[in-house]
Amino acid sequence: MKKHLNTLFVTTQGAYLAKEGETVAVRVEKKVRLRLPVHTLNGVVCFGNVGCSPFLLGFCAERDVTISFLTEHGRFLARVQGPVSGNVLLRREQYRRADDPTFSALMARAFINGKVANCRYLLNRTLRDHADKIDTNAMNKAVNHLTGLLKSLGRDLPLDKVRGTEGDAAHIYFSAFDHLIIHHKEDFFFRQRSRRPPLDLVNCLLSFLYTLVMHDVRSALECTGLDPAVGFLHRDRPGRSGLALDMMEEFRPMADRIALSLINRGQLQAKDFVVSASGGVRMKDKARKTLLTTYQERKQDVLQHPFLEEKMPLGLFFHTQALLLARFLRGDLDGYPPVIWH
Amino acid sequence: MYSEDDLLMLSALQHLLFCPRQCALIHLEQAWTENRFTAEGRVLHERVHSAASDSRSTVRVEYDMPIRSLRLGLSGRADIVEMHPQEDGFWQPFPVEYKRGRPKKDDTDQVQLCAQALCLEEMLDCTIPEGALYYGQKKRRTAVQINDRLRKVTEETTARLHELLSGTTTPPPQYNRRCESCSFIDTCLPKAAVGKKGQVRNYLTRMTES
Ligand code: SF4
Repeated sequence: MKKHLNTLFVTTQGAYLAKEGETVAVRVEKKVRLRLPVHTLNGVVCFGNVGCSPFLLGFCAERDVTISFLTEHGRFLARVQGPVSGNVLLRREQYRRADDPTFSALMARAFINGKVANCRYLLNRTLRDHADKIDTNAMNKAVNHLTGLLKSLGRDLPLDKVRGTEGDAAHIYFSAFDHLIIHHKEDFFFRQRSRRPPLDLVNCLLSFLYTLVMHDVRSALECTGLDPAVGFLHRDRPGRSGLALDMMEEFRPMADRIALSLINRGQLQAKDFVVSASGGVRMKDKARKTLLTTYQERKQDVLQHPFLEEKMPLGLFFHTQALLLARFLRGDLDGYPPVIWH
Repeated sequence: MYSEDDLLMLSALQHLLFCPRQCALIHLEQAWTENRFTAEGRVLHERVHSAASDSRSTVRVEYDMPIRSLRLGLSGRADIVEMHPQEDGFWQPFPVEYKRGRPKKDDTDQVQLCAQALCLEEMLDCTIPEGALYYGQKKRRTAVQINDRLRKVTEETTARLHELLSGTTTPPPQYNRRCESCSFIDTCLPKAAVGKKGQVRNYLTRMTES
């Protein structure tokens, strides 16, 4: 049985979630607005003031459905997860390997390989589809640059060199990012990455999408019994999910693509955002809903997994990658194969 | 003799006989698929029902009896143990194991029943020559002789189980037909051909050099 894939996002303030038989019922002002069978869910994400009955928490924990609580603006607060997952042997192996600089460098290279290849893919696609509308010179230069960096990642690099390469790649990619915005350029433009707070609409979109991906990657790692906190590329830091950040790298360009398609298709507009006096940008409710729906739909798309060469919904890729990572840690595979779009 | 801490779940025997990797995934890695939870709940319910209607007035029926064997290092539950009165005033235990499906070609169900019998023998200090399997789909009871051959197979399987679960490694998958009926197929990924030399390296080269 394939793992079910829906994530229930609850953004209505004041909503209350309760267990009704085998379903999750969403109540707003005492009226049931939605009922979903729990076996169709793999996660519930509550934004802001959303309540959950303790029975629902227990029920979801037992069925391996994670419930997460985020602030209204998507900052992670807490999650409730059942006791069944977690393999002490696998975790021990993960910790041992994370202490080994050579192995950490190998893992870091795999993650960054995935990320850079996917960034390059995104640039190439735009070059192919919109050559008439963009600065092809600048784009080609960026692509070639990334190709060079990919080559160097194919070699044995120590961890600090991998981090350096990652930084260079991010710089090249984000310098070209503005060219990927084809329409509505007067409102949507990209100068540089800003996060705390996002200082333009594009950064605001990216940050929110990364939060969603992060949430899914973390869940997948936890379900597989890996410790999302202990990474290879990202050093341990209290409160940081190092491994989740590591594995997220290969998925970032996928999030970028969602943001770009929302912009280029005109599904989001400047009026869907609020700019505060400090210059920080936030999404309005409606924008958040559009984005969540799009993300959700995207995860249902059935695609060929490039390494396993099997068709599966995109939403399952996170889980599959976590399994493949576990497999490499245990020595069953000769490396970690990041998802690379082709 | 095993200590109480070292007892393994009796049900692991059937997982081992189905596929060693599945057994390790469940018992070493504690990977669960949620259809296991639901399925197991349902089984017990159905089972108790069917046995109750079978029981003759002279037979005492015990449901869901906790059992263990320190000699084999197993513990678990016997869903139904019938106690048949003997002329000498002794009660002869008779384990009945309920299976949802139909009889299997292999020994799996017999081994599980035999392991229960061995536990009961140790706990009740008796000899159990016979038990039964009840197949839900056929609504039929099949008597099983707890003979020397079955006892031997059961003890060997138990030894293999201890060996597998005292290690720390999950055996790699071997893709074959039973994988299609295995609820762990998505966790196991049996088709990711494990052990193929350079599989990931080649993949990376293929995907990045173009
Ligand atoms: S999918 Fe196949 S190899 Fe994997 S656990 Fe199931 S039966 Fe065993």
